[in-house]
Amino acid sequence: MSVLVYTESSKGIFKKNTPELVSYGSELSKKIGVELFVLVFNVEDCSMLSQYGATNILKVDNDGLNLFENKTYSNVITKAANKINASHVVLSSSADSKYLAPSLCVELDAGYLSNVVELPSSISPFTVKRTCYSNKALSDSTIESNIKIIGLSNNSYGVVENKTETKIHDFDVALIDKQIEIKSIEKASGKISIADADVVVSGGRGLKGPENWNLIEDLAETLGAATACSKPVSDMGWRPHSEHVGQTGKPVATNLYIAVGISGAIQHLAGINSSKVKVINNDPEAPFFKAADYGVVGDAFEVVPKLNEKLKAFKS
Amino acid sequence: MKILVCISHVPDTTSRINFSNQDTAFDSSGVQYVINPNDEFGLTRAMWFKEKQSASVDVINVGTSLTEPTLRKTLAIGADQAFRIDSDPKDGFFVAKQITEFLKSNSYDLIIAGRESIDYNGAMVPGMIASMNNMNFVTNCVKLDINENIATLEREIDGGKEILSCSLPLVIGGQKGLVEESDLRIPNMRGIMQARQKPLNVIPAFDCELKTKSVKYYKPAERNEVKLIPSDNLDQLIDLLHNEAKVL
Repeated sequence: MSVLVYTESSKGIFKKNTPELVSYGSELSKKIGVELFVLVFNVEDCSMLSQYGATNILKVDNDGLNLFENKTYSNVITKAANKINASHVVLSSSADSKYLAPSLCVELDAGYLSNVVELPSSISPFTVKRTCYSNKALSDSTIESNIKIIGLSNNSYGVVENKTETKIHDFDVALIDKQIEIKSIEKASGKISIADADVVVSGGRGLKGPENWNLIEDLAETLGAATACSKPVSDMGWRPHSEHVGQTGKPVATNLYIAVGISGAIQHLAGINSSKVKVINNDPEAPFFKAADYGVVGDAFEVVPKLNEKLKAFKS
Repeated sequence: MKILVCISHVPDTTSRINFSNQDTAFDSSGVQYVINPNDEFGLTRAMWFKEKQSASVDVINVGTSLTEPTLRKTLAIGADQAFRIDSDPKDGFFVAKQITEFLKSNSYDLIIAGRESIDYNGAMVPGMIASMNNMNFVTNCVKLDINENIATLEREIDGGKEILSCSLPLVIGGQKGLVEESDLRIPNMRGIMQARQKPLNVIPAFDCELKTKSVKYYKPAERNEVKLIPSDNLDQLIDLLHNEAKVL
């Protein structure tokens, strides 16, 4: 038995969620009393993983893994899990990892729980807490199968420093043929994605039109934040769907969520339950004020630029 | 082209979520049920394939007879026939297994499901169906075109999108973007009348183990009362975010 943590990387650099995933995997392996293996694709320098308790690294170097493809990746992860006789596999909640999980379940005959927010409260039966009903509720859920796959929510467990000795094992693996051809990848350059952001600045209908989005973008730039929006804003085409936060859009689990001119419909609030929330709205009765930690009642067109100036001064 | 759309029957997005039986079951009293929004985007795209590319569109649901109004709605929107596998949808693996059993005697070129249901949020069913039946699979799918057995798709990824191409048979996990919110259809009277005549086939479930169970539910902790900061004292706000919330 052992715990396998699958880390994600892009162009040889670990994704931002890696320290949290490894911290969780390390604590999980101690709790169960088994070895920990961290699976790494195409990252030269893995030394940072030692900070978070990675006792073993399974290192795969293969140019065929430079681009994510579900079938190819899940096949390699399955082979890694079999090699180390994994009883528990830990994944993140990124778009790619959520894509991998059901394929891995079938290949490993495993049970999977997504959106897990804590270490298991019991090892047998294996019980973890996860969010459900689009963040409007939580459940204690069990995994009944021999192999268990845990999808950890972003920013739920946190990063735990735990310096350790690390053994690196090279893992050579033959790749299966790709079934799906990747034609192109478009990534907004220089922009932080909602998934990777510590801070999100989000705008609603109160901003009156897409021409006013510089307010949101300027504030986001000052804070190094990602930009987001409410559902009506994306439905009206003011902003792309990929920025829509809420029940049918993206969930957000950032440290700080700043909502400007968003009234706070229940579907929107569902998307942001796990963040610290600050709201700017000119309507003191807006439901969002009941779901926020801090609020400013005022005109966004006056408050946001002023706040931006003060934040710039604060940052420097 | 034969299309199967997997339909989840879920509480309306505005529902207040409560639990009963000592927090072991969802309390459905006063709750309106709808087609899972992610599935409805897929169903609406399927209607486009029906009208423009002469596809046939069946729908399937794993659920008790309580889900039938939701299935009738899909027929009123334009699906040709519905199948209901008669059981509570116990977990994602169970649902995927039931649909896989159904696929042994019914084959499809394209299976559309939502990327996840808005109640359980498991995000398992479409990917598992694909793997169990050795079909191609793309999730978070926001665009889908099919030409002579080749699908071109757009997948939303963290911070961007990916254009993909693969052959049928294919399973997708769909979401908003497949069609726009304004493309969603409200059944008209003619559709509703026709839906009454369309077949809604009930199939017994087969015994199958479960991989996961939900044993107890909680509501999230209430937030503390909001701290309102006067709009002319933003320095105080920055101070609170820095020193109290420690997020700056």
